[in-house]
Amino acid sequence: MSFGFDGVTVELGGKTAIEDVDLEVEPGAVTAVIGADGAGKTTTSRTLVGLVSPSAGIVRRPRTEAIGYQPEAAGTWRDLTVTENLAFVARAHGLAPGSERHRELLEVTGLGSAADRLAGDLSGGMRQKLAVAMAMLPRPEMTVLDEPTTGLDPMSRAEVWRLLARAAGEGTAVLATTTYLNEAERASHVVVLDNGRVLAAGTAQSIRASFRGLLGVTGARPQGAPAWRRGNQWRVWAQDGPLPAGARAVPPDLEDVVTAAALSRREAS
Amino acid sequence: MSGRLAESRVVSKRFVDNLAVDGVSISVSAREIVGLVGANGAGKTTFIRMLLGLLRPDQGQVLLFGEAPTRATRRRIGYMPQSLGLYEDLTVRQNLDFTARVFGVEPALLEGDLAELGDSLVADLPLGLRRRVGFLASLSHRPDLLVLDEPTSGVGPLGRADLWETIHNAADDGAGVLVTTHHMDEAEQCDRLVLLSAGRAVAMGTVEEILAGKVTVEVTPVDTASALAALESAGLPVLPTGAHLRLPGVSMASVRTILGDGVALAESRSSLEEAFMTLARAS
Repeated sequence: MSFGFDGVTVELGGKTAIEDVDLEVEPGAVTAVIGADGAGKTTTSRTLVGLVSPSAGIVRRPRTEAIGYQPEAAGTWRDLTVTENLAFVARAHGLAPGSERHRELLEVTGLGSAADRLAGDLSGGMRQKLAVAMAMLPRPEMTVLDEPTTGLDPMSRAEVWRLLARAAGEGTAVLATTTYLNEAERASHVVVLDNGRVLAAGTAQSIRASFRGLLGVTGARPQGAPAWRRGNQWRVWAQDGPLPAGARAVPPDLEDVVTAAALSRREAS
Repeated sequence: MSGRLAESRVVSKRFVDNLAVDGVSISVSAREIVGLVGANGAGKTTFIRMLLGLLRPDQGQVLLFGEAPTRATRRRIGYMPQSLGLYEDLTVRQNLDFTARVFGVEPALLEGDLAELGDSLVADLPLGLRRRVGFLASLSHRPDLLVLDEPTSGVGPLGRADLWETIHNAADDGAGVLVTTHHMDEAEQCDRLVLLSAGRAVAMGTVEEILAGKVTVEVTPVDTASALAALESAGLPVLPTGAHLRLPGVSMASVRTILGDGVALAESRSSLEEAFMTLARAS
């Protein structure tokens, strides 16, 4: 059975935080919800785990005890050691602390040598890996992690995604939110949120393939067509018809697809 | 001063038992964008604070416009800290007016979709717009050197494209820019990159120079989960990417030894992110 949303809308303090969002979080797969600050990522996480009720739509989720949830920038007790943090989670779920599972998670997170260090003394990357290990420990049916990689360096980010892939490999349905578009490649399903609405959804590949029209590269800002700067060059978007003279056609990447969609939305409003 | 706007010469800074910055020498010249990348805790913000003259190095020397940092050199710098340095209980217009008075210049114009936001409290704006206001404030006195600490953190793709357009325009107009970022596609837009790891500059150069000779082995396993587990327990760096596993900076032979002959392997150029992983592992 798959978890997720069917047409979910959430109102918070009189404002629409997310609107008509569909979401599939499948066991054995990692779903990434990607968006800028204020796009609705945290509301999506909180609604999926049942901390917020939708004003419309259906939320499909397992019973609360079978959910692992790591809110943004939280999750570990800084004045407990790595081992104590894991033991606390074990006891909260009625499991024996210090189990084989505990040792296995210390090993896969590379935290074995830091087992007796206070969580507050760990680097950001190590602390976040501990948070993921804590979410994985009881083998939940669904794990939801809000921005587990924000502020981490590329290597630590890759390690966190590797752990999420491992959790999915154990059969858990994993949802992680992020502000980094390139992390879409690490997930099986991707939902891009903008201003509370779904801007694009699918696999990274299918989102790239959904680009309508032609994308070109030019050295100077083109006139008369939607364009945005990438590096030392400009991307120009011909929605229908040919590219302007002097533009060289390139295949759009995820960043281009999402930028074009955001541009369309900005112009429509 | 040979066109160098900012220069650090083997600067180091220790906090109690933590050597935050360890012998870093870099320079920023007019019209160039230098990207400072590295993990949280690698020393980027400490380094920036020393370069600005806000923190005194234990060892080494900082030169701004050819001299030691002073209040006069500070006037020629536009600095946007991660915390933005805006007053949240003032409006956008009041913030820009305040900054302009401090520097004795005309306040920045609010253009495009910022035009209607002059009377909004900064506290009421989403982070993306707040960053753009912070950026305008740091640019209003037309600084010769721009120092931007994670200017696009938490900002959406379109907002990031807008911010980078302004950064490139400032450089085209003659400013030197030092910028930190965790976004690799932004790092690729820099003229030069410096990779900090545990306080040391472990790599320096253009994107091409940093990528030169860096390869990643791509594995297409039949059973991804068991291949992942085998490679990880051998201590190799593995990045799951779609249906593949990518191993930066690892030889084909070492992967073959672990997975046997039945698995498809290919060698490809490393991405910038993968190259940084290889460099950070090596240091």
